[in-house]
Amino acid sequence: MNWTAIKSIYVFEMTRFFRTFLQSLISPVLSTSLYFVVFGAAIGSRINEVEGVSYAAFIVPGLIMLSVMTQGISNGSFGIYFPKFIGTIYELLSAPVNFLEIVLGYVGAAATKAMFIGTIILITAFFFVDITILHPAAMVLFLVLTCVSFSLFGFIIGIWAKNFEQLQLVPLLIVTPLVFLGGSFYSISMLPPVWQAISMFNPVVYLISGFRWAFFGIADVPIGVSLLAIAGFTGLCLLVIGWIFRTGWRIRE
Amino acid sequence: MSTILEIRDLKKSYDGGFEALKGVNLSIEEGEIIALLGPNGAGKTTLISAICGIITPTSGSVTVGGHDIRTDFRTTRTMIGLVPQEVSLEPFERVISTVRFSRGLFGKRGNDALIESILKRLSLWDKRNAQIKELSGGMKRRVLIAKALAHEPRVLFLDEPTAGVDVELRKDMWDIVADLKADGVTIILTTHYIEEAEAIADRIGVIAKGEILLVEDKHALMQRMGKKELEVQLNAPLDALPDSLKSDAVRLGPDGSSLIYTYDTRAERTGITKLLSDVAAEGLVLRDVVTRQSSLEDIFVTLVKEDAA
Repeated sequence: MNWTAIKSIYVFEMTRFFRTFLQSLISPVLSTSLYFVVFGAAIGSRINEVEGVSYAAFIVPGLIMLSVMTQGISNGSFGIYFPKFIGTIYELLSAPVNFLEIVLGYVGAAATKAMFIGTIILITAFFFVDITILHPAAMVLFLVLTCVSFSLFGFIIGIWAKNFEQLQLVPLLIVTPLVFLGGSFYSISMLPPVWQAISMFNPVVYLISGFRWAFFGIADVPIGVSLLAIAGFTGLCLLVIGWIFRTGWRIRE
Repeated sequence: MSTILEIRDLKKSYDGGFEALKGVNLSIEEGEIIALLGPNGAGKTTLISAICGIITPTSGSVTVGGHDIRTDFRTTRTMIGLVPQEVSLEPFERVISTVRFSRGLFGKRGNDALIESILKRLSLWDKRNAQIKELSGGMKRRVLIAKALAHEPRVLFLDEPTAGVDVELRKDMWDIVADLKADGVTIILTTHYIEEAEAIADRIGVIAKGEILLVEDKHALMQRMGKKELEVQLNAPLDALPDSLKSDAVRLGPDGSSLIYTYDTRAERTGITKLLSDVAAEGLVLRDVVTRQSSLEDIFVTLVKEDAA
């Protein structure tokens, strides 16, 4: 393993993040605060507790997941798309590194950034609502796995994308709807039976459900199924990335 | 000298059926400077990209220092530095950090003294904390070279290093290349500036349409292919070549005011004495006599034309 190379890529990417630290920080804090004002205070005041949890607290895990997933994807995709776009990928391809090292560097940095922002949102949430975390270890595990898997997914999008429009396409058209319909702001049990059944095809439901379980001990699907879903998604992304590097798809063409 | 780079029957074809490399064979000796000359689209960049790992060749083999570029890519890529044709750099990055990044990416531990000496040698030290976007085009090219040298490669590829670079900087580049050669670095450069190959290379390879047409010592090539011309300028222009002077080697210059005689410098008899006595016998009055050596450019044009024919 070329650890020096992994570290170099990781530090390089994190430097980019810290260069725009304020933007990276202010935007999630601001949008989370807005969500709390609109959903938590305005709408939440008219909604009774959801499964024994106040509505404002209920949406916290979903809000964190929403940010972590979109951040993971955008960081993961941009990190590898940008060198492709400006041509500096030549250096990566001619360096003595294999695909695992490249992925560890880029996805590691993207996941760290997503983790960072997830943590900030959690801290912000403490200012608005009373939350207790029932299963902290499970919470961290879910957070890490989600950051990693969505950064991996972002990495794939970054390699696939041929222009900036495509780079935005998947997050906008697929991920945002899936996250919003994945129970970020409601419990699946609040839906009519038909929509409950349809929701079971949305992978994000399993992640948010599992994450919420770690906070409040309530879940839409069994926790084991949630873990299986996130592990399966991570495995799938790894398989696709392995294939990309073996074939050189959209990189060494 | 030992062979440092061995290319055997290297082919690269694309899905559409286009063959960018049609079985290239080339051996490069350690410590030499070889210039690959060829028109646009000849396959120069494809050849370099295949050796460096940027594209996957269709077939054939390449070894660097005896190591195969596929099975032992870590060793070969550590030995190689690449300065690409396009100026590709992260605009917001600082000069010194991008050079440090390159060294780390190639698995080498940080060495600030070395980075400092590279940046100083390339006149970049004063700009070390500048963002790339603040630099001029020539400076950016220097940064690319610094990045390629940061991991102390033994073989350096320079893909059109002086394309679009002003004369002063071009001369500077040549000096840098000479310095590197003195350090024992093997240099493979592609160019379509023949002047450049003539100025700095030890050997010249001519590549066209994905094939190496020839590889030869620069001086030998110029001597072998280089014809010399003797131009006899006349006081009064001629309408036609006098019969006594007619031969394959002699032709009338433009507007008839000169005779141009082509000869081989290596031949036992150049025929100059006979020509001049024939001119005198014809009663022609000479104004001046000029000789010219054909340049590498003429040789190159001839070769590529012959290949196309």
